[in-house]
Amino acid sequence: MVSTLETRQAVEEISGEYKYGFVTDIETVKAPKGLSEEVIRFISAKKDEPAWLLDWRLKSYKKWLKMEEPDWAMLDYEKPNFQDIYYYAAPKSADDRPKSLDEVDPELLKTYEKLGISLQEQEVLSGVAVDIVFDSVSVATTFRKALKEKGVIFCSISEAARDYPALMKKYLGSVVPAADNFYATLNSAVFTDGTFVYIPKGVRCPMELSTYFRINEANTGQFERTLIIADDNSYVSYLEGCTAPMRDENQLHAAVVEIVVLDEAEVKYSTVQNWYPGDKNGVGGIYNFVTKRAACRGLNSKVSWTQVETGSAITWKYPSCILQGDGSVGEFYSVAITNNYQQADTGTKMIHIGKNTSSTIISKGISAGKAQNIYRGLVKVMPNAENTRNFTQCDSLLIGDECGAHTVPYIEAKNPTSQIEHEATTSKISDEQLFYCLQRGLDVEESVSLIVNGFCKEVMQQLPMEFAVEAQKLLGISLEGSVG
Amino acid sequence: MLEIKNLHVEVGGQKILKGLNLTINDGEVHAIMGPNGAGKSTLSYAICGKPGYEITDGSVTFKGKNFLELEASERAGEGVFLGFQYPVEIPGVSNINFLRAAINSVRKYRNEGEMAAGDFLKLIRSKAAELEMDPEMLKRAVNVGFSGGEKKRNEMVQMSMLDPILAVLDETDSGLDIDALRIVADGINRMRCPEKSILVITHYQRLLDYVVPDFVHVLANGKIVKSGDKTLAIRLEKEGYAGLGIEENAA
Ligand SMILES: Nc1ncnc2c1ncn2[C@@H]1O[C@H](COP(=O)(O)OP(=O)(O)O)[C@@H](O)[C@H]1O
Ligand SMILES: [Mg+2]
Repeated sequence: MVSTLETRQAVEEISGEYKYGFVTDIETVKAPKGLSEEVIRFISAKKDEPAWLLDWRLKSYKKWLKMEEPDWAMLDYEKPNFQDIYYYAAPKSADDRPKSLDEVDPELLKTYEKLGISLQEQEVLSGVAVDIVFDSVSVATTFRKALKEKGVIFCSISEAARDYPALMKKYLGSVVPAADNFYATLNSAVFTDGTFVYIPKGVRCPMELSTYFRINEANTGQFERTLIIADDNSYVSYLEGCTAPMRDENQLHAAVVEIVVLDEAEVKYSTVQNWYPGDKNGVGGIYNFVTKRAACRGLNSKVSWTQVETGSAITWKYPSCILQGDGSVGEFYSVAITNNYQQADTGTKMIHIGKNTSSTIISKGISAGKAQNIYRGLVKVMPNAENTRNFTQCDSLLIGDECGAHTVPYIEAKNPTSQIEHEATTSKISDEQLFYCLQRGLDVEESVSLIVNGFCKEVMQQLPMEFAVEAQKLLGISLEGSVG
Repeated sequence: MLEIKNLHVEVGGQKILKGLNLTINDGEVHAIMGPNGAGKSTLSYAICGKPGYEITDGSVTFKGKNFLELEASERAGEGVFLGFQYPVEIPGVSNINFLRAAINSVRKYRNEGEMAAGDFLKLIRSKAAELEMDPEMLKRAVNVGFSGGEKKRNEMVQMSMLDPILAVLDETDSGLDIDALRIVADGINRMRCPEKSILVITHYQRLLDYVVPDFVHVLANGKIVKSGDKTLAIRLEKEGYAGLGIEENAA
């Protein structure tokens, strides 16, 4: 796509709104453009992977070649040209992975400073360990030592492939199989980096773990792969954040996240997704096509997804829970904001297999401008799943007259003892509410932000404290210019 | 303090106010009475700058400033508070957070720093106590599930927190029981001082027994048709609008 003067101006105009839109000027190493067996071998070699993993990638690639891009989602977009994407881009300085923070390229450190991410372990926000993924590689992971003392493994997935082959072999692709769906299969072939977490039996992870994903290079896709394993009686809270520069062309982010939860273990997974959403006219932005799934395999396993989706031109994701172990619990708390020409088709799947399993779905969709926001969810109860419960609440908030909100709930209950409740509402920010806030001295942006944060409260309060304030501000910023 | 001249206001294409004049000086309490639909709430909205209330003629000056050039939030920043006839619910936003945001916005407008969290909490607790509001209500979402009387009392808490120079109170007494009325009236009286002014819109003499006005005006058919001192309200109560030769719903 050629960038015209107009689109550049438009991007400049909104640069005040998307404050993560800058580009880091850094020397990079890239794979040749396009997708082929050679490129996959290139990626695998760069990462010094064991043979079994290369094999797995190549098998996935062969499957993918026979698959077709799905079009059941309520999304309207130009399909990516898969030969026009770089599948691997990494800062040259990360070529031999820095051993400690002191060795990380200062240019990269500066980038994260600008993004408000602290990589200094001694900083005040020291309750959080971070893995930093820049384009296709993890460039730093903090607090590794402190975590290791507890037996917690927190590293990039590339390292895990080398250092923890037994865990990787056992669990990679065990929740989201290589041939699961078009984008997950593509990811299985070309995934570049992401985070690996293992919490051993009986360990409560002593701090929040997080990964910060950043796309920097143009024409580059990011194919992140994350695997989290919570062994018996363990607990971890994990958060991912994402940003990208403003560009006129669409960029692809196709991630796979797999979570395995064993007996009596609990995983809390939070996302604050703030990929570049495109400009006011719908030019540019990230295509965010993501497969996230958790398998509750043990007795009373629990997984809780919380997502705050404010960015991306297109969001297509359904973080799901397979509730296999008896008494296991799945939760999905979602805020999805779409403004201007953004589109989001998001929701969850709760698959009740075990007895006495329960799930909760709270979805808050906010649409402004000309945006479309779709909740799509499945609650499925298998024949042997006695005494299961689900509660679903989908609320939509519309700002203006040109946007849309849709709720598409699917319910398949094959066991008569199940109790499934579904509630849905659609509302608007009323002129009366807005004037009430204005009269108390709040300006329009503050008023909208306050009302929207109130609307999303049940979800926002699920976020870890360290991120809640940032996320609240983000809601306001994402809706700037949507009223008045 | 407030000078309204020849004010014409249209809402939804309807002419509601048709040449209204009103001057309120520092330290004065004015009461406006008038039949339903006369345009009392419209007047309060026009003063405070509600979007959609089109000023087709006339002027509103506050402390020498042309108010019509200011946005609603700026007018609030200048020190004008409106006690709403029908306070609005804001789900999910606690009274505390709402007021904190409001106070800090107003302070920002006046180039003052944010109020320290501790000071704020101390202040809001003391104001709630003055107005005999259960402190638990401060944690509840703004007006959600509040009774009519609780909403009005909440407006008073907001007023005393924001400490305006001019308060416009639109039927703040409607729907209050006798005890609540006295509490609210005490709240209004606490605000009385030589620098501050109050405009109360009411249907009832019972409020004016507590909050004794300096001037009483009757608004009908989009204009002030009669003005007087506190005895005008007493006459109105006895004789009704018709008794004073004012046609109800003259529009
Ligand atoms: N949005 C609107 N569109 C048309 N007419 C309106 C609108 N809002 C108020 N009105 C009319 O304006 C008149 C004055 O209303 P209001 O100021 O609320 O009266 P009061 O407060 O004196 O009872 C009423 O006849 C009312 O129906
Ligand atoms: Mg009224």
